[in-house]
Amino acid sequence: MSRVDVRKTYKLFIGGAFPRSESGYSYAVNDAKGKFVANAALASRKDARDAVVAARKAAGGWAARTAYNRAQILYRVAELVEDRRPQFVAAVQQSEGLSAARANAAVDASVDRLVWYAGWADKLTQVVGNANPVAGPFFNLTTPEPTGVVAVLGPQQSSLLGLVSVIAPVLTTGNVVVLVSSHDRPLPAVTFAEVLATSDVPAGVVNVLTGSAATLGPWLASHMDVNAIDLVGVAGDPALATDLEVAAADNLKRVRRAPAAEPDWTLTPRLDTMTDFLELKTVWHPMGV
Amino acid sequence: MPTLTTEFADVTGSEASMRRFLHGLPGVDQVGAEARAASLGTRSIKTTAKAHAIDLAISMVDLTTLEGQDTPGKVRALASKAVHPDPADPTCPQVAAVCVYPDMVAIAKETLGSSGINVAAVATAFPSGRAALDIKLADTRDAVEAGADEIDMVIDRGAFLSGRYLQVFEEIVAVREACTREDGTAAHLKVIFETGELQTLDNVRRVSWLAMLAGAHFIKTSTGKVQPAATLPVTLVMLQAVRDFRDSTAQMVGVKPAGGIRTSKDAIKYLVMVNEVAGPDWLDPDWFRFGASTLLNELLMQRTKLTTGRYSGPDYFTLD
Repeated sequence: MSRVDVRKTYKLFIGGAFPRSESGYSYAVNDAKGKFVANAALASRKDARDAVVAARKAAGGWAARTAYNRAQILYRVAELVEDRRPQFVAAVQQSEGLSAARANAAVDASVDRLVWYAGWADKLTQVVGNANPVAGPFFNLTTPEPTGVVAVLGPQQSSLLGLVSVIAPVLTTGNVVVLVSSHDRPLPAVTFAEVLATSDVPAGVVNVLTGSAATLGPWLASHMDVNAIDLVGVAGDPALATDLEVAAADNLKRVRRAPAAEPDWTLTPRLDTMTDFLELKTVWHPMGV
Repeated sequence: MPTLTTEFADVTGSEASMRRFLHGLPGVDQVGAEARAASLGTRSIKTTAKAHAIDLAISMVDLTTLEGQDTPGKVRALASKAVHPDPADPTCPQVAAVCVYPDMVAIAKETLGSSGINVAAVATAFPSGRAALDIKLADTRDAVEAGADEIDMVIDRGAFLSGRYLQVFEEIVAVREACTREDGTAAHLKVIFETGELQTLDNVRRVSWLAMLAGAHFIKTSTGKVQPAATLPVTLVMLQAVRDFRDSTAQMVGVKPAGGIRTSKDAIKYLVMVNEVAGPDWLDPDWFRFGASTLLNELLMQRTKLTTGRYSGPDYFTLD
């Protein structure tokens, strides 16, 4: 007798829980050849709103962790991705239509990327902070601090390596994330959310919405409680990107502008992947007191 | 009690008749009450109706600060916020009242000035209610003398739970008399049940009737110091009680859920329930209030969302 298929409908990841979309909608996810794979929740603007609330609640605690602790937690995420290697390889292969070898390479690179950023957590302050020379009897110290709630419109093509490459730098610097995953390739993001839920990342630090960047983007860009937005997910749609930048100006969000096309994620990242979402705080302290 | 009909005058005559009456009230179907509250909570209130509901809810808020760490400065800030909840938008309605401890009444009164916003003071050894009657009465008189327009008293839950209904009744009557000012007018009396400590919905129905018979102007769920505080089923039972009380005595009594109402969605659920259970007459700040502190910011955020079309954040409203 043939086995009955398990028909999967994946859910969102908000505040450490896996709720269905508030709207009740889901959409069919196909593999690279157009064959049905599973259903994913179609996030609505209210899910985005809930995700921002959850992220805001988690922001203080995550920023207050020591950089060392954040490094450990990111490293743990890397371990868990490695543990689930077959699942990730299959998901990447299915979503992106890669050969097994190339999908394996993408998972390798993703794990390495997480480890790379984990290492940066307690080194970044030394690199971008400074003891400034001033003409007076003061210590003048500049240190980086997280910007806060960062909305990330995730890359549409690279479903795992691209995703990790945009989330990890935001996390390692102490920010919290509301991610809108790739619309057509959301399943690696869903699996990654399951990894985050079982790692030591506190609830609400990463929130994953599956759905359309064009629908959710305007709400996140205009949201007054979002501090920064990464527009890489709308790469190749300059009109939408411009609209989102204009909406983001209302509360002076930091914006990482959309590139003309999705970048090559296999390259070693530049430092500004981390410094884009940092604020520099300078303290003047009297000497000899 | 001159205001009571003779039907109830003999109820309050003795411990035995009081018990007979309260225990003779029909029992509350707890599962039914919860299901009814849940089903009313699913009503969808959108666009203009939502805007109206949010403004109504703001005008029903008793903006509350009842902390040991309250300072005159904080009470002044709260009172200023009560007058202009959203300073950026003059069309935003005022709240109904500011609720403070008795020693802060004069400060709140001074800041509110002629705004028309009432000052409510908690009295009678709030929140536990564990003090001798003369201390409770002195507490009440102090607050009234300081200028309180409304007194929020707590009942003696210990006496109620051990069945000494007449004692609870007489205490409410005595506090109501203590609310009288020298010129003959009186502060409004709200009676807090602390339903989180009353165990059953039957008890909530009994204590509602007891307080209304004793002359309460408002019946209020909780102090906000005990969990669970206000819940929809508890408020449902209280709304049924005030509706039935008006049917039998032609007197209206107000209802005030307090504590645990944090989102505008919650507030709108309560308003739907008021309309459906008690009736539209109660959809008025004189007859329904929310005891809350954080709720106001949530309502303001929703209001801003409706007017600007984008989500707002807590950074843009004062902390309280």
